[in-house]
Amino acid sequence: MAGYCGKLLRVNLSTGEIKKEPLDLTVAKKFIGGRGLGSYILAQEIDPKVDPLSPDNKIIFATGPLTGSSAPTSGRYMVVTKSPLTGTIACSNSGGFWGAELKFAGYDLIIVEGKAAQPCYIYIKDDVVEIRNAEKYWGRLVSETTSLLLEEVGDKKARVLTIGPAGEKLSPIAAVMNEKYRAAGRSGVGAVMGSKNLKAIVVRGSGCVEPAEPEKTKELLSTLLKKIRENGVTGQGLPNYGTAVLVNIINENGIFPTNNFQKAYFPDADEISGETLAEKYLVKKDPCYRCPIACGRYCKVDGEEGGGPEYETIWAFGADCGVNDLAAIIKANNLCNEYGLDTISAGATIACAMELFEKGYIKPEELDGPELKFGSAEAIIEWTRKMGAGEGFGAKLAQGSYRLAESYGVPELSMSVKKQELPAYDPRGVQGHGLQYATSNRGGCHVRGYLISPEVLGEPEKIDRFSLEGKAQWAKLFQDLTAVIDSLGLCLFTSFALNADDYRDLFNFIVGENYTTEELLTAGERIWNLERVFNLKAGISPAEDTLPKRLLEEPIPDGPSKGHKHRLAELLPEYYKVRGWDEKGVPTAEKLQALGL
Amino acid sequence: MKVEIRLFATFRNGRFKKEVWDLPEGTKVKDVLDRLGINPEEVAILLVNGLDADPERVLQDGDYISLFPPVGGG
Repeated sequence: MAGYCGKLLRVNLSTGEIKKEPLDLTVAKKFIGGRGLGSYILAQEIDPKVDPLSPDNKIIFATGPLTGSSAPTSGRYMVVTKSPLTGTIACSNSGGFWGAELKFAGYDLIIVEGKAAQPCYIYIKDDVVEIRNAEKYWGRLVSETTSLLLEEVGDKKARVLTIGPAGEKLSPIAAVMNEKYRAAGRSGVGAVMGSKNLKAIVVRGSGCVEPAEPEKTKELLSTLLKKIRENGVTGQGLPNYGTAVLVNIINENGIFPTNNFQKAYFPDADEISGETLAEKYLVKKDPCYRCPIACGRYCKVDGEEGGGPEYETIWAFGADCGVNDLAAIIKANNLCNEYGLDTISAGATIACAMELFEKGYIKPEELDGPELKFGSAEAIIEWTRKMGAGEGFGAKLAQGSYRLAESYGVPELSMSVKKQELPAYDPRGVQGHGLQYATSNRGGCHVRGYLISPEVLGEPEKIDRFSLEGKAQWAKLFQDLTAVIDSLGLCLFTSFALNADDYRDLFNFIVGENYTTEELLTAGERIWNLERVFNLKAGISPAEDTLPKRLLEEPIPDGPSKGHKHRLAELLPEYYKVRGWDEKGVPTAEKLQALGL
Repeated sequence: MKVEIRLFATFRNGRFKKEVWDLPEGTKVKDVLDRLGINPEEVAILLVNGLDADPERVLQDGDYISLFPPVGGG
């Protein structure tokens, strides 16, 4: 079978039952795979109102039809579940090699149900699938767990996905980690694994993913690889500097949130930039499966080595906390990887705590660690460790910024949407990107429709970042196309060099289909609407399609974007209209019917 | 007049990070690019005072220019 393996694994941790089920290919193709198919299955099988940390929630590890194939960047897999952070549907995406290995073992996805009586891990080697005891790994850090599991299974080439102590302690900002440093970071998917007493999934496969049309695929791949190498972003910017190349550009545009979004320009940005990272700390590039871009970094500081840091991480622990010490940021990043915390939410929560401290809500006597002062390198390191370990006041921080700020009666000081922390771009200076923050189906997120690309980077064309014109259409197009790319099992970064027709050809040649570009984008729209309907049924009201009050009411006080506020109220009605939803933001029956939902 | 030039990513190779130049009135951004030996086509992002600009822009005293080659996403 081309592209898809045609088989899924269903593991019930309550009963110990393991089932191999055939994949319904008609359904699979309708939702492409990965994010789309995983979300469809979740929506079919769980009550959207379920408590995310109860045994009734399910967690799905899904690959796309292109994952593990010869397509560039095809190492992606997605973790789909109901989020304990946002209460929305969650889909967190990771690279590395684990997703491809799952395909080599012969499975498109794994559905994990129930809750194990004691800590366990799932071992998969082709047809052999076992639930094994993991009591001795519970409480251990990610790199140690990974090494010990590889030793136990006696196969260094196996791939390990695991949670750290943060996931075990049910922190709603806990990540799922693979190959030690790769993270399905956002929305607290690690806590769902923890709630099921599932520490890890170790996978090893001996198969491969064959394309339906080998000759056409080969020819297409050589064209696409050329495009990726010749594109300035994927051929030079990302390979040379990693994602951190954005630090200076976002700051120069005056949209680099500083001190918990109180400012938007960080004078010391160059000290924490991709340029400085490459000069002082970079050891090597660390590419994912079949990736010609190789944006992944591997850094060393004071004898301590590890993967990352990414742009968003540098921002969260850096400018957002007012910290200009790149070595300290790298150490905080390493701690997130080891404890299994989402770096964006962890850094942004410390930033929020610093504002709460500055304004006198958090009292010095509450703290069993360093003062939470903006600019403190000591604070970002020690509080990250305490968050990961769930220790003292760190346990309170590990609940994320919304729950923290709410506990002091000021939830508006949490810079989040739907309780998920916003990433590293101040929406007041990028109107389209802000609309996308407000409408993202998983809450505050930059990778559901990366409008920074046209609004700042000029890809595929430059549009005015302050203007509202056409932004609703841009948001819809980017959201739908991103849903397609995620569902195929490719990295979003390919979209700097490739267009929708390229993805169509890849899908058609590898899977053996005849989709038009329009049909593929319609599949993306179908996925977007499916997620929206899930969220509505889960009780997430369209009133939550909003931004923190600060970003709507207070103009940026400094830098080149000074004076701008986000004009969401003017954009949202047009967005709903472009989406074919009613004026309240609910998909109409006609729209759902047209999409086959 | 004084204009600050800020270079980023590979534009720094063999050049500098930041310099203030004394330029004659009427100097355009493209004149600066010329003096830097940077072809306008190599510039992916060109900002004057943090806002999008083009090579024909006439510079004023106190302006700062930020120049980037193609860079990526986060």
